[in-house]
Amino acid sequence: MTLALPPQTTPATAAPPSAGLRATARVVARTDADGTTRLPVLDGDGPFALRRVRAHGGPARVCVVGAMSAPLGGDRLAIEVTAEAGSALHVTAAAATVALPGRTGAPAHYDVRLTVGEGARLDWLPEPLISAAGSDLRMTTTVELAATARLVLREEQVLGRSGEPTGALRSRLTVRRAGRTLLDQETAYGPGAPGWDTSAVLGGHRAIGQLLVVGPEFADGPAPVRLLGATGDQPHRGRPSGDRPLDARGVLAPLAGPGALATAVAPDALRLRRLLDEAARGLGG
Amino acid sequence: MSRAALLLLADGRFPAGGHAHSGGAEPAVAAGHIKDAATLERFCRGRLHTAGLVAAALAAAAAAGCDPLLLDDAADARTPVPALRQVARRLGRQMMRAARATWPDPALDALAAARPRGAHQPVVLGLAARSAGLPPQDAAYAVAYETISGPATAAVRLLSLDPFDATAVLAHLAADVDRVAEQGAAAGERVAADGVDVLPAASAPLLDITAEAHAAWPVRLFAS
Repeated sequence: MTLALPPQTTPATAAPPSAGLRATARVVARTDADGTTRLPVLDGDGPFALRRVRAHGGPARVCVVGAMSAPLGGDRLAIEVTAEAGSALHVTAAAATVALPGRTGAPAHYDVRLTVGEGARLDWLPEPLISAAGSDLRMTTTVELAATARLVLREEQVLGRSGEPTGALRSRLTVRRAGRTLLDQETAYGPGAPGWDTSAVLGGHRAIGQLLVVGPEFADGPAPVRLLGATGDQPHRGRPSGDRPLDARGVLAPLAGPGALATAVAPDALRLRRLLDEAARGLGG
Repeated sequence: MSRAALLLLADGRFPAGGHAHSGGAEPAVAAGHIKDAATLERFCRGRLHTAGLVAAALAAAAAAGCDPLLLDDAADARTPVPALRQVARRLGRQMMRAARATWPDPALDALAAARPRGAHQPVVLGLAARSAGLPPQDAAYAVAYETISGPATAAVRLLSLDPFDATAVLAHLAADVDRVAEQGAAAGERVAADGVDVLPAASAPLLDITAEAHAAWPVRLFAS
């Protein structure tokens, strides 16, 4: 027989300082009577300062500004963004996020929760997440979409700052649409993730990214498959193929439901962004 | 239950069509990423801990009696490129034919009727294991092993690699196969209580990208 564990007796406020920072930032976008998107909730917290950006018509715009160095090991950070029915919200970031080691060796947690209502559109376009040497970050991105919601989501990961090995980075992206799971993917790189640095997974690349576009228009006809960047690897008989430089490459392809996903790998963040921008143009986004 | 059914299911000669697929090894050989036994082992280790883990868990869940249609949807959500979804369904259809002839079971008939173009292969394999009376962990083992035996066999043909060396690669990875089969079985057995979200979703970007590139080759030795 197994004894039940005692309930957690340390609420967040009682946690010692070494346990790290807890912060949850929140944004809610809502349309008012004339169809303009307002931001009734724009609450920064901890390392997340939220700036409203002047919008010339179109969607409401928010920029996430890093107010301190985070996430550090032991931190528990979250951002919750809701685009209510009929609204349009565009979120960017001022700079890359760098996952850093903490004092205790405990992992950091960073949870992004995005909700998009009927007829609403959310563009979630942060800057890259950089996994610094010695860091350990567990990230989740969970998206709930109504059946007629539109989403454009970019996710970029850079393994290590310039010239250093990567930290441990585990990230799960789960997208549900009208109650069904459209996409569920976990990436695990760095110490403790067996097989990550192999030719089946990254092949020496250090920047990985995805651009996901979901919308009811994809139900009419799936996006065509498109290769991005270097399309090599066709057999080159009689040509040695061992020591070619790393070429950024990717693919834009339809999901099993109404959406398309670009996946790309590159030696660095700059070449990765180029491929994802190419994919965005391919989707007219 | 006869444990010998596991040998049958994991046998490369089981007529389920796997020999026509390289598991991503053909484009990796062409790119120079697989050129000898050492590089084959690295490729196989990466495939095993990503695509192999997901497939092992799906098979274990099917063998544990979870709804195969829910598992098939979960497999779709974990397979972002159409080339690999098509391969999984084609292999699933062939596995279904072989399984229904070998271990007839109304549960197999029902899945074949619900997915006439084929369900994802690990789901069919897991259900076949159940029909054969095998436990979830055996299904996970069969799938985990197949994840590396396919590329290793293909590399022998693609590179004229010494078959002894290719077999040694599989032996070196035995502990990794144990680990993936155990993780996959543990996750698969939790699905009934906790839902399909507990299934691993490990992704391998290069397998996805090169699968689509390979599918566009005008001439190739392997179907995938």
